[in-house]
Amino acid sequence: MKALAIGWDRTVLELKMYFREKEAVFFSFAFPIIMLAMFAMIFDDSFGTGDAADAGVNAARFFLPGMVAAGVMLTSFQSMALSVAVERDDGTLKRLRSTPMPPVSYFLGKVGLVASTSLAQFVLLIAVARFAFGVQLPTDAGRWVSFAWVFLLGVASGTVLGIAYSSLATSSRSVGAIVIAPALILQFISGVYFAFTDLPDWLKQVASLFPLKWIAQGMRSVFFPDSWQTQEMAGTWEHGRTAIVLAGWAVAGLLVCARTFRWTKRGTT
Amino acid sequence: MATPIHVAGLQKAYGSRAAVDGIDLDIQRGEVFALLGPNGAGKTTTVEILEGFRRRDAGEVRVLGDDPQTAGLRWRDRLGIVLQSSTGLDLITPREALASTAKVYSRARDVDEVLAAVGLTDKAGDRIGKLSGGQRRRVDVALGIVGSPELLFLDEPTTGFDPQARRDFWELIESLAHGGTTILLTTHYLDEAEHLADRVGVIAAGRMLALDTPANLGGRASSGATVTWEDDAGTRHTERTSTPTKLVAQLAARHDGEVPGLTVTRPSLEDTYLSLIAPHLDDSAEDITLEEVTT
Repeated sequence: MKALAIGWDRTVLELKMYFREKEAVFFSFAFPIIMLAMFAMIFDDSFGTGDAADAGVNAARFFLPGMVAAGVMLTSFQSMALSVAVERDDGTLKRLRSTPMPPVSYFLGKVGLVASTSLAQFVLLIAVARFAFGVQLPTDAGRWVSFAWVFLLGVASGTVLGIAYSSLATSSRSVGAIVIAPALILQFISGVYFAFTDLPDWLKQVASLFPLKWIAQGMRSVFFPDSWQTQEMAGTWEHGRTAIVLAGWAVAGLLVCARTFRWTKRGTT
Repeated sequence: MATPIHVAGLQKAYGSRAAVDGIDLDIQRGEVFALLGPNGAGKTTTVEILEGFRRRDAGEVRVLGDDPQTAGLRWRDRLGIVLQSSTGLDLITPREALASTAKVYSRARDVDEVLAAVGLTDKAGDRIGKLSGGQRRRVDVALGIVGSPELLFLDEPTTGFDPQARRDFWELIESLAHGGTTILLTTHYLDEAEHLADRVGVIAAGRMLALDTPANLGGRASSGATVTWEDDAGTRHTERTSTPTKLVAQLAARHDGEVPGLTVTRPSLEDTYLSLIAPHLDDSAEDITLEEVTT
């Protein structure tokens, strides 16, 4: 009980710190929302006529699944990898470890932070899509159930993988390059900014190894017309495989965390 | 009740280099103990073993009756640790940092009372990132004492303080010690050790070279004194002697009362310290200059 209460207290503190840090707010929280708005305005004309228009898909609806997926990765994986690496480097983790705080409370605080920021970000994303760009949101419960589990598995795997990945950064100076570069590349090859179908086959295979491609595909199954699933790699939304891949990454990430998580910098024990 | 700190035959090596090479140490309840030594002497390694951050290779260690290597959160609840530097608090205020830390201790002190004790009441609502170096250090100390620790570790607590801030800090430590808190302090400031510590230990090359009260360290009280005076022509004379009182009596007789320019000095703690560590400086001299520059 005490660990839970402290975990809640840490969540509140983490949220305060998150929103007081302008860079984090811009690059992980607001970024997908800004990108959605920009893409929706820039590509508005291309979606005026043709198949997409006939199916009721405008530019904002076309980019929405990718931006939701990118948001999940930014608020979970990227913000965890960055913050944990910095906290390890600057001694925050060591200081926390020196107190009787139950270690699980620290992780509960991080989970609380990721859960609230990613959910708030999603709500803002669909609010912008719906009210600024008139995107038709799904009305049937089944699609929202799909959304719920893709979102949950995506956030969970992103969080544990981010914490696991933070151990690769040896100092807070190198963490930016180590985290942001791969995250950016993944966004480009996972169908976040471009239609996944436009990528060469081998790049699709590479992207399929990582969770982001499956989060984006899951989100397309939520926001795209059902008839569009024929354009996916397998010709279907592949819900089963999506669930297996994301859950697999979450479990693998958790195991790596348990084995590699350190409260102190490398070379100090 | 068990001795707060009991160390016997402590050893720790990094690769082939022995960082701690057989240290014995007992610190009594309510005692303020200062650990002195050049950088790279094994001070930090020793303290971090006591704090449970490093594992030892050999020896016996008991801190508040428990082995730090295996002790759990209930043990940490009785400790206060002020690390050498802690950052990562820039975006919150001293009050927020203290309130959050207080929640994890079972016998937490009142946050306002702690803020007042470290002199941060006026800054309680400011972002820690906007505070001066000395004020941030006081936040660190506040975080270390908010859990009413039985034993407090202070790692170079006053580095970067101005003289007034150091005096204020000393008063704070004295009041904690009067309240019965056992304190283990590492410092580079000899005057700080002399002022605060009941006993000091000097570590170099992983060994305890001397361990005594500041007044008696290294035979300071009984070693030779230096007597200087002026003769009738105004020339200064200096004589080292183990019997200064006798010499002064002779001088007084010779000058018929008042001896011009008379001083009698014993070696300062700093003199004693420097002569103690001098034989051990050769191998680590380079490290010291480098570390002094970067810290």
